[in-house]
Amino acid sequence: MKLKLHHTIIIMLFFLNCSNEDMGYEPTPLVLNIPQVFAENIIAPVIPANNPMTVEGVALGKRLFFDTILSSDNSKACVSCHSPQNAFTDSSPTSAGVDGVFGSRNSMPLFNLAWNYNERFAWDGKELSLERQAEEPVQNPIELHSNWDDAIVRLQSHPEYPELFRLAFNTNAITKELTTKAIAQFERTLISANSKFDRYTLGQSSLTAQELNGLDLFLREDKGDCFHCHGNPNNPLWTTNDFHNNGLDTTFSDLGLGAITGDPNDNGKFKTPSLRNLSFTAPYMHDGRFNTLDEVINHYSEGLQNSPTIDPLMKKINEGGVQLSNQEKQDLKAFLLTLSDPSFISNLEFQN
Amino acid sequence: MKQTFILFLISLCVLSCSDNSDPSQNISATPTFKFSHYWNNEAVTSSDFSTIQYTNQNGDLLSIERLRYVISDITFTTATGENLRLGDYNLVDVTNNNGLNYIPTTQIPIGTYANVSFTFGFDNEDNAKNYLDLNSESFNVPDMLGGGYHYMQFDGKYLDTNATEQGFNYHAIRAVDNPGANPTFPQDTFFTVNLGQITITNTVEIEIRANLAEWFRNPNVWDLNELNQTLMPNSAAQIMMFENGQTVFSLGEVIP
Repeated sequence: MKLKLHHTIIIMLFFLNCSNEDMGYEPTPLVLNIPQVFAENIIAPVIPANNPMTVEGVALGKRLFFDTILSSDNSKACVSCHSPQNAFTDSSPTSAGVDGVFGSRNSMPLFNLAWNYNERFAWDGKELSLERQAEEPVQNPIELHSNWDDAIVRLQSHPEYPELFRLAFNTNAITKELTTKAIAQFERTLISANSKFDRYTLGQSSLTAQELNGLDLFLREDKGDCFHCHGNPNNPLWTTNDFHNNGLDTTFSDLGLGAITGDPNDNGKFKTPSLRNLSFTAPYMHDGRFNTLDEVINHYSEGLQNSPTIDPLMKKINEGGVQLSNQEKQDLKAFLLTLSDPSFISNLEFQN
Repeated sequence: MKQTFILFLISLCVLSCSDNSDPSQNISATPTFKFSHYWNNEAVTSSDFSTIQYTNQNGDLLSIERLRYVISDITFTTATGENLRLGDYNLVDVTNNNGLNYIPTTQIPIGTYANVSFTFGFDNEDNAKNYLDLNSESFNVPDMLGGGYHYMQFDGKYLDTNATEQGFNYHAIRAVDNPGANPTFPQDTFFTVNLGQITITNTVEIEIRANLAEWFRNPNVWDLNELNQTLMPNSAAQIMMFENGQTVFSLGEVIP
């Protein structure tokens, strides 16, 4: 009898200790819908074992992404600089934070992030996971200028967020780690794989003669030779996610990767962005210096600047670049525009 | 009791006689292939990259900035000429220190093999296949250049005749002529590397040494002032790479 009572007390204590947890509840696992053009060409996306995708986690992440609650004065959210209409970047060279101060880098577009195999994020590669990347803008003085402790208090005292976190992570105790995990989960769902070129790859669309000629120029080592850094039709990411000095400057006011690694050989290197969705992501380069695709192509054709760390893949540096004719530039541009995916920016799943 | 003792003696005899000379026995192992890189006798790792410090046979000073290559079809040949071909491949990415230690997925019967070999690059049949991991590394060769994959990407800088740094892209692929819709192939440019006799034990580590200086030396003295970039559509350059590559790889230390 005494033993039975003892067991009962232990079981009651166990349930009392778990009062914040919903016993038996588990978030609904979510399997990313991998596009055919990805499944047939590249390896599986990176989903961290400690942050599995769930329906509720993604929903919470989406809510947080669009909510100004993470900013110090409730005026800006992630979406303020990462707009769906701009393939999750914005249309200015650099962006203003909550205090009206502009940063020095162009807001990066957000799509196909789960396929960034090296898991270095941001122009300078300083963030080693998507979860860690989500930490930085919240507390950056020139971005959301918040304090994570204050942001957590706001979330914890919100009428809805504690329940949303419970549904996503089976706990009411909101933390910075869970907040960034949810945002990362949402960001991993931002998949763009329905461009004209994707449909061409799948045999569902055709390209014009000009677009095909542009592809040829893109792939020819004696012409554009774009593919060594930006991939090829067998890699539908259209980036290697690697870091290169692409000849923008002779000296660097922004060291890029070099400031992170401390290796002077990395000075002036920045992440090679995807060529998808260029129709929506102007201006271009890490500092947004080029307003148009024409300016970008002109840079590689005749505007290269030499420097000690310029990538050896850059060609004809003494002549300023690969010297494309005007017609070739137009053809190359026509091809590049086939990589844009209007269905991505109009996808209601990605809008508030 | 006497019977048991005799049985014990016979067992001991059988155990002590089971040497490793017969690869056909049932005991298998997973050897480790370790890829090491040298400039002549000087070890080269990614930490040595991006500094102009090597001199090739032509006298050109150069640096290495990016180096990765694929090897395939590791084959174990027995004394009787039987081939155990693994049919796998490995991307050796020196820049990022990936693939430097390779353990094949297939187990190998232990014993002494008359030869162990591999293919530098891919043979033409394998080169026509679709490898998702190599696509993800953007290691492809465009279709108009014959398609398939790079055998090697070796990028760096050299000092030209004006002592100015210039880039070079020593990219080995299947040699191709008539780039375009209907490319033609003058000759195969993958090649077999024979490492010679190796005894495979349970934990054997096989070092494969690559002397990078050989790419520029033998039999073709490579002049980077003449051949530096846009070498993929240059079939003559590809054939020179094929010829020079024959002496790049050799068997290093074998640790049983």
